[in-house]
Amino acid sequence: MLMLEKRPQPSRIWTWATPPLAVLVTMIAGGALFAALGKDPVEAIATIFWKPLFGEFAFYYRPQLLIKAAPLILIATGLSLGFRAGVWNIGAEGQYILGALTGAGVGLALYPLDSAVVFPLMVIAGALGGWAWAMVPALLKVRFGTNEILVSLMLVYVAEQLLAAMALGPMRNPDGHGFPGSRNLRDYPSAHNAEIIEGTGMHWGVAAAVIAVTAAYVLLSRHILGFQIRLAGQAPRAARFSGVRPGRLVVVCLGTSGALAGLAGLFEVAGPAGQVSIDFNVGYGFTAIIVAFLGRLHPVGIALAGLLMALTYIGGEMAQSTLGLPAAAIQLFQGMLLFFLLAVDLLTNYRIRFRKKEAA
Amino acid sequence: MKLTQLLTSAALALGLATTAVAQDKTKVGFIYVGPIGDGGWTYEHDKGRLAIEEQFGDAVETVYQESVPEGADAERAITQMALQGADLIFTTSFGFMEATLAVAKKFPDVKFEHATGYKTLPNVSTYSARFYEGRAVQGLIAGRMTQSNIIGYIASYPIPEVIRGINSAYLHARKVNPDVEFKIIWAYTWFDPAKEADAAQALIEQGADVILQHTDSTAPQAAAEKAGNVITFGQASDMAEYKPLPRVSSIIDNWAPYYIDRTQAVIDGTWESQQVWHGIGKGMVKIGEITDAVPADVKAEALALKEAIASGEYHPFTGPINRQDGSAWLAEGEIADDGTLLGMDFYVEGISGQIPN
Amino acid sequence: MGAIDPALLLAALVVAATPILLAALGELVVERAGVLNLGVEGMMITGAICGFAVAVNTGSPAIGFAAAAGGGAVLALLFALLTQLALANQVASGLALTLFGLGLSSLLGQGYVGIKPPSTPRLDLGPLSDIPFLGRVAFSHDLMVYLALALVAAVWAMLKYTRAGLILRAVGENHDAAHALGYRVVRVRVLAILFGGACAGLGGAYISLIRVPQWTEGMTAGAGWIALALVVFASWKAGRVLLGAWLFGGVTVLQLNLQAAGFAIPVEYLSMSPYLITILVLIIMSADKSRAPGSLGRIFHASQ
Repeated sequence: MLMLEKRPQPSRIWTWATPPLAVLVTMIAGGALFAALGKDPVEAIATIFWKPLFGEFAFYYRPQLLIKAAPLILIATGLSLGFRAGVWNIGAEGQYILGALTGAGVGLALYPLDSAVVFPLMVIAGALGGWAWAMVPALLKVRFGTNEILVSLMLVYVAEQLLAAMALGPMRNPDGHGFPGSRNLRDYPSAHNAEIIEGTGMHWGVAAAVIAVTAAYVLLSRHILGFQIRLAGQAPRAARFSGVRPGRLVVVCLGTSGALAGLAGLFEVAGPAGQVSIDFNVGYGFTAIIVAFLGRLHPVGIALAGLLMALTYIGGEMAQSTLGLPAAAIQLFQGMLLFFLLAVDLLTNYRIRFRKKEAA
Repeated sequence: MKLTQLLTSAALALGLATTAVAQDKTKVGFIYVGPIGDGGWTYEHDKGRLAIEEQFGDAVETVYQESVPEGADAERAITQMALQGADLIFTTSFGFMEATLAVAKKFPDVKFEHATGYKTLPNVSTYSARFYEGRAVQGLIAGRMTQSNIIGYIASYPIPEVIRGINSAYLHARKVNPDVEFKIIWAYTWFDPAKEADAAQALIEQGADVILQHTDSTAPQAAAEKAGNVITFGQASDMAEYKPLPRVSSIIDNWAPYYIDRTQAVIDGTWESQQVWHGIGKGMVKIGEITDAVPADVKAEALALKEAIASGEYHPFTGPINRQDGSAWLAEGEIADDGTLLGMDFYVEGISGQIPN
Repeated sequence: MGAIDPALLLAALVVAATPILLAALGELVVERAGVLNLGVEGMMITGAICGFAVAVNTGSPAIGFAAAAGGGAVLALLFALLTQLALANQVASGLALTLFGLGLSSLLGQGYVGIKPPSTPRLDLGPLSDIPFLGRVAFSHDLMVYLALALVAAVWAMLKYTRAGLILRAVGENHDAAHALGYRVVRVRVLAILFGGACAGLGGAYISLIRVPQWTEGMTAGAGWIALALVVFASWKAGRVLLGAWLFGGVTVLQLNLQAAGFAIPVEYLSMSPYLITILVLIIMSADKSRAPGSLGRIFHASQ
């Protein structure tokens, strides 16, 4: 009979081999799906995975890949620290919204001041907004022992209502003919999160994502805090004996992930999105959770996973408009990819053995 | 090289390439905010797209992308269509305004049509429908039909488009029935069937026997049907499955004639930037069949009003009209200008309650 | 300003609460078994379309509801395979399940837009419905409302008094200890997950077949997420789920009614209140003995 045996150490080979394997399996299953819908499976798969990178218009899509992946990577990197330590922040979506609101709020309040300090102030406000929103579950956990998964999730809904209230109320564009939504920050140069080098997609959010990934890598492999985080996740009791203060770890992990999510929100609202609107958030906070796991909670893995997710989004959009695939089919395809990626991780941590049934 | 230049030159190169290949094939793109299967707003736009295909056959190719989020994703989706050689792109939601303009600046040779917005460029037109004309007809029927003199109104968000509809319906209901009272619920959603059902229910319990809606699902229709003795009107699409009762008529968004028109203009090379706001007269707003549940004289009266509006003989916002606070807005015989209508943020006299925010 | 009739308000509230009640009840059992399935929204919408399509094709809402439960359970089976056999992370798997369910439902539903389903009759309870006040509030609904209420009682009794309930709780509190006692942790959890899927499916179908009733893409509009909040609010107790469902459903119904009655209320701020109350409840609960199941969200493998 088939048995699972836990590996003493996660397999290095499988750690690297499973993601491509999952992508391959998804291509086969997804191809079957597309064929069932009456589309050429090879063309559909090529449109999703190949064309955005190497197709005719790759010059446009490659920068877009960065723009789409940056918030995912930024948020997921922050989340992964907590996830490693057993601190479960699943409310990044709310922290993302709050970061956008506070950051944009500062920008809108200073409008039309033309000064180099506007954008840095917005960045700080954005990070603080996300941080503060994450401090609610953190402090409640430390003080009362409430479950941070649930509190952070509840705060997402609160944030969404707050966003609607802001877009319709205090932040509504006074020159916008009464329509909901704030001023477009892209038309306000001092507040605009513009591309650092034009045509590359490299805006400050991308830069921040690169810095975050590097910092997380260094932190986890070199710094004592990184060691404590890993230890707390793997052996909570041992961690206590070695002087890790769990409360402090909760505050640090939630705070960091909140601040990074807030930053992602700010960079998005001041750049690609441009304005605070009712539907500003499109689920980056939740998708980032998936990205964190796909990346096996490793900074480099997360960067790759974020880019892969972005690729399926962009390629999926292309498949819709060029091949006429319904949006639902793309959603289904992404769901499959995630399922397979999560499922094959089994091979990393466990060995599959055939064993004769033994008498217990 | 700057991105703008890069894109422009690429677009130009592509334009040259495609004109050779696709001389006889015009490509028309559509960006939808919801799924085609929403049965309302996006569904009707897609009917317009299908009408283009039917009209032009092989001469035109249409492409679309559904459920496009507003913001950065919209900009990419629109750019994608432009890159792939679309000659004309319809962006069918107010929230796509900034994205449409940004892309249009990069692709001066592609024509853009943005629904319900107010910003244009030499290659960007805006188009919208004077739904308030349909609301006037609805208001008249509602005012005549109500027994309880209470009319329920499910509004979505407090924006000019919605407020205009409420005012128009109210004015024409009151004209035929001075005792009429409007009860308005702001649902804060365009589409949430369960919530819309609850809203309709709440209004019915407050004594409303006519429900008007500015949200897109048929849930209020079903709630009215269940309650009995309540009439409703289809919104965005005909909602014919609820005929003859509770749905006694409807306002239909009819984009097909405009879409065909503009596609023809691109084919002919006569396309020019414009701002259109068409109503019943041009066929952009259609009044769905008025069922036999409506007495013949009321039906005749409603059709007469529709004709008067269609011919331009009558404007639904003709003075004397006061604002809610009693201050004068339009003098006797004065007709509202489009600017005020587009930015309308006040109720007219007689409506109770406040607009949120 | 009109007055609000409390009987009608309560009757509306009972109906509005039913979909989230069903879904939350299922999720409650799942979480009691120590599994956190965030895919409720995906399972609900899958149930909504399965139930709708089958009811339309067979003409029977009853068969539709059965199909909805089946559809929800099949989707939940995917989650069970991932988390119980492949030992994948539950949070990520649940989120993926929602994505998958939303996509699947709109594909399945392509031919069903704009169709009216067969109607589910109001249950005839004879003279009971004529009792003043109570008759309108409690005895004027369709069968599913009563089924949902019966299910609350059944789940409550099962958890409290039966051996199966005891095992379920043991598995959820401490899976290693439960395993040591010889309980089949994985089997119990898979069954709980399937039950959760079936309940979510029923909740979805209640929306598409009775409350709206029609099929439109994305029609559950976040009800699954509310159900998740509800379980927490209820501190994993069946009776409190009912209370919570009425509160959550009630806030929406109440704010709509207040508006209809002509009161000016800050809608967005009122809509936040159930979630803020839930957080408050979580804080109060921390002083109480009741808390989240001990093994919630943790991966179980027998070799540990």
